[in-house]
Amino acid sequence: MKLVIGIVRPERANDVLEALYRAQVRGISMTKVQGHGGELDRVETYRGSTVKVEVTDKVRFEIGVSEEFVQPAVDAICEGARTGEVGDGKIFVVSLDQVVRIRTGETDEAAVTPVSA
Amino acid sequence: MTGTLIAQAGSVDTGDTAWMLAATALVLMMTPALGLFYAGLVRSKNALNTFMMCVSAIAIAGITWSLIGYSLAFDGSGDLIGGLNYVGLHDVTFAPRDGTTIPHLVFFAFQATFCIITVALISGAVVERMRFSTWMVFATLWSILVYPVLAHWGFGNGWLMEGGTLDFAGGIAVEMASGFSAVAAAIVVGARKDYGRIGLLPHNSILVLLGAGLLWFGWFGFNGGSGFGVGDPSVLAFTNTLLCPAAALFTWMMLDLIRDRKVTAIGAATAIIVGCVLITPAGGFISPGWALALGFAGTFPCYFLIVYRPRTRVDETLDVLAAHGLAGFTGILAIGFVASASWNGVSDGWLYGHIGQLGDQALAALATPLYAFGATFILLKLIGLVMPLRGPEPDESLGMDSIYHGEEAYPSGEGAILVTPEDGEEAPVPVAQP
Repeated sequence: MKLVIGIVRPERANDVLEALYRAQVRGISMTKVQGHGGELDRVETYRGSTVKVEVTDKVRFEIGVSEEFVQPAVDAICEGARTGEVGDGKIFVVSLDQVVRIRTGETDEAAVTPVSA
Repeated sequence: MTGTLIAQAGSVDTGDTAWMLAATALVLMMTPALGLFYAGLVRSKNALNTFMMCVSAIAIAGITWSLIGYSLAFDGSGDLIGGLNYVGLHDVTFAPRDGTTIPHLVFFAFQATFCIITVALISGAVVERMRFSTWMVFATLWSILVYPVLAHWGFGNGWLMEGGTLDFAGGIAVEMASGFSAVAAAIVVGARKDYGRIGLLPHNSILVLLGAGLLWFGWFGFNGGSGFGVGDPSVLAFTNTLLCPAAALFTWMMLDLIRDRKVTAIGAATAIIVGCVLITPAGGFISPGWALALGFAGTFPCYFLIVYRPRTRVDETLDVLAAHGLAGFTGILAIGFVASASWNGVSDGWLYGHIGQLGDQALAALATPLYAFGATFILLKLIGLVMPLRGPEPDESLGMDSIYHGEEAYPSGEGAILVTPEDGEEAPVPVAQP
């Protein structure tokens, strides 16, 4: 079991969702985050105060998957999120110690297996 | 009318003038109100740009109208276009405007607010992708080449008005003009890059409702002022501006309920606009009873066009055609059916025995869309030859606010570093090279 974390551009989030759906990866959390990946700073001016905005809006996907779905999930996020410009985001894959499905009490592999499967 | 102001029998009436001053301010407020309405309907990253398109219309049309637009619309009785006597407000003074009891300056200012909001209305077709500078060029030229022509036809003694077409407050020059120009603009500028691919949702329905409410409030000046005084036509139009939108609002909520078992708030806000537009041309010509009936019946075509339009490939984003073009068209035709001389003292419609009125109305309903669509289409095509109509695709992803205004509607404040004047000159550089 792995936790796949993908941080992507907000405008690509829909493409990532589509790609994940096509790869039959289910069970996804999404959050809006702010971060910095080395892209150009935006310069904004409010009534004479000029500011450099260093953090950019991003969307963070978190997907708990069984081993066989790790690569499909990573590939889908890459495919959906890539534009080729700086700031496309990153994917982190981390090991999971334990997973529990709250409704049934199933643990680990059974808990990350989609209900329909 | 030749533009000479000396040979007038009438004099200024203080009561009429007082109301018209207030009405002018009410109509001017409609443009920022439209800004709220439109801004709420787009995504948050484009909210400021959308609002600014409306706000910029005040600057642009305010200037072009005083320099040339007003003269082209309201000087003389040429068939197709007015003269040049009022260019730069020449001869526009305290003396009453021909045929009214208000100072010519007040008449000018009142009409200016109409030109302003009409320009702002078209922006609804091209929000979320048009370049802001190109928009300003387009707004400038449109306010000179399209609006004054239609205003002259409809209420500046042009061929439609002289031919007997009735238009109380701008079914021709404001509503049909903006609606059909909007379609042309949407076609030439093209759809947003994500249109028809992902859902592009309104970001703030409260702004939409607030904008609609303020528009309705302003519309009492728009319609109630179009009698140029406090006489019967203004009183009738004022009251009809309460009744017709109320009926339209009720009808829309019922249609929503029947179709989806849910009454949508954004639908209700749209219904208020549709109702106000329906009564705009007919306000001073039809009875209050017919105003209610118009609000009911006229809502149907607009409702179904709004349901149908997103299934097409024309990204006429904020449905200016349905809410203004089609509603204005319906209102103009309604005069031909249900106008009654006992209420307006001018003419009867078909139901009261004068079928000729319907012919006059149909002529306007045919000619106006043709000119508005054709002129706007050609104008934007020509502008497109000289400058890009829209920015590069990545800009559209980032949002218009950041690209064209250097601001955000809802800045988080996180990670904003104050730039001191010394290092303000530096071009932004990537912090980490890829």
